[in-house]
Amino acid sequence: MIEAINLTKRYGNLTVLDEISETIHEGERIVIIGPSGSGKSTFLRCLNCMEDPTSGSIMFEGVDLTDMKVDINYHRQRMGMVFQQFNLFNNKTVLQNITLAPLHIGLKGVRDREKRAQIKADIEANAHKLLQRIGLDDWADKYPSTLSGGQKQRVAIVRALAMNPKVILFDEPTSALDPEMVGEVLDLIKQLAEEGMTMVIVTHEMGFAREVASRVFFMDGGKIMEQGTPEDVFERPQCPRLKEFLSKVL
Amino acid sequence: MDIVNKWLVFWEKFGTGGAWQRVLGEGLVNTLLIAFIGLLMGIVIGTLIASVKVMPKYKLLPRILDKICGVYVGFFRGTPIVVQLLLAYYVLFPLCGINIGSLNTCILVFGLNSGAYVSEIMRGGILSVDPGQMEAGRAVGLSYGTTMMKIVVPQAVKHILPTLGNELIALVKDTSVVSFVAAIDLYKTFNEIGNKTYEYLMPYLFMALIYIVLVALITLGIKCMERSLRKSDRSN
Ligand SMILES: Nc1ncnc2c1ncn2[C@@H]1O[C@H](COP(=O)(O)OP(=O)(O)OP(=O)(O)O)[C@@H](O)[C@H]1O
Ligand SMILES: [Mg+2]
Repeated sequence: MIEAINLTKRYGNLTVLDEISETIHEGERIVIIGPSGSGKSTFLRCLNCMEDPTSGSIMFEGVDLTDMKVDINYHRQRMGMVFQQFNLFNNKTVLQNITLAPLHIGLKGVRDREKRAQIKADIEANAHKLLQRIGLDDWADKYPSTLSGGQKQRVAIVRALAMNPKVILFDEPTSALDPEMVGEVLDLIKQLAEEGMTMVIVTHEMGFAREVASRVFFMDGGKIMEQGTPEDVFERPQCPRLKEFLSKVL
Repeated sequence: MDIVNKWLVFWEKFGTGGAWQRVLGEGLVNTLLIAFIGLLMGIVIGTLIASVKVMPKYKLLPRILDKICGVYVGFFRGTPIVVQLLLAYYVLFPLCGINIGSLNTCILVFGLNSGAYVSEIMRGGILSVDPGQMEAGRAVGLSYGTTMMKIVVPQAVKHILPTLGNELIALVKDTSVVSFVAAIDLYKTFNEIGNKTYEYLMPYLFMALIYIVLVALITLGIKCMERSLRKSDRSN
């Protein structure tokens, strides 16, 4: 479903991603691990072109996203993204955070009043359903500044879900959370995994990685140095860099 | 004694011959029209310019727009407003065959002028908003422009409200030069009262008082807006 072809990213003469070629299939749950600065976030952000690759291309549903003529906004609607710092819209209520993009897109070009009202009602009903799912429907009209970190991140996840994405990209979704809130966010991600959502997750939570991943990438120095099932990567690591990394984090 | 006399003379002229009606109905109204509509135009223009200025500059179009905005801001910040008014009213508009009257010319020029100043204020405001907000908007598939207008600018405005208040105060005071292009403002109407008696002390003092009250009211208004914004931050 997503295919990176010779993906390279440089900042000046610092090569952060080095000719990565990799395919991610529908239904896969890719977890990316690796030391700090190895290019994990950059790789993830290149997948939806939040960072423009220096060279190489990203194929998503048969379309080359690095092609300047491609409507990147349309394709991003189909790739959710969840950030370390949550990045909820501060000037919007919890409900508006979820409905903003669906409304903007759904109402575009619709003139008929009744139809607009119907679309709006549907989108809001769906948002309430998502909020009920995470037990935050009572917070629908509150502003993000009043939520705890764990609540914010769960809202950010359902904001991504509200677009019915084909894949969700997570960049260290629990790294900014207090320890007691990590669980609630990981549980939600695990639920999505069970429902068959395609996901790419950068994380430092090794237990979670092992539990949720269908395939693990170990990145180092801008390359995917090793990959395989969680059992392979965590129990039978091959390359010395991975062994060294695991000995530090496990 | 002299002062009291002068005051009585002024007060009599002020109260008769439609003088005070002209001061309040035309002078004050025009001064406020030019300043407020000017600021509104300035906010629209300034926001557009600021959005261009903070745009990533990989592509050709943003770079061209950036250059155009640079020239625009350079001109309006680099020349006195009187010069801009004179150029528009006596040179540019007659040359183009445009005749919109002196008041409309003033509103237009003040709006364009304010746009240049507000663009700098707004740029600072936009840069003070967490870049994660823009990223989140782009990540859900909103365009740069939509994210800017719906997410980033509203948060920026909150930060720069006091500075925008200062801009409004500056505009109110700057309107006192519009009689250069035959517009009627507070200064003009008080000057007319002075012309009737050849006695300018009291009219000008009274005019200064009105400006001070205006500025005080604006300051108060901004304080109230800030406070209500801050309150909504805490309670919700
Ligand atoms: N905008 C940028 N400009 C210059 N260098 C950058 C930029 N973004 C990232 N880098 C560099 O690219 C390298 C990889 O960064 P990246 O954020 O992808 O690492 P990471 O694996 O996600 O690390 P971490 O675990 O700390 O999040 C780092 O050395 C970083 O300094
Ligand atoms: Mg990172």
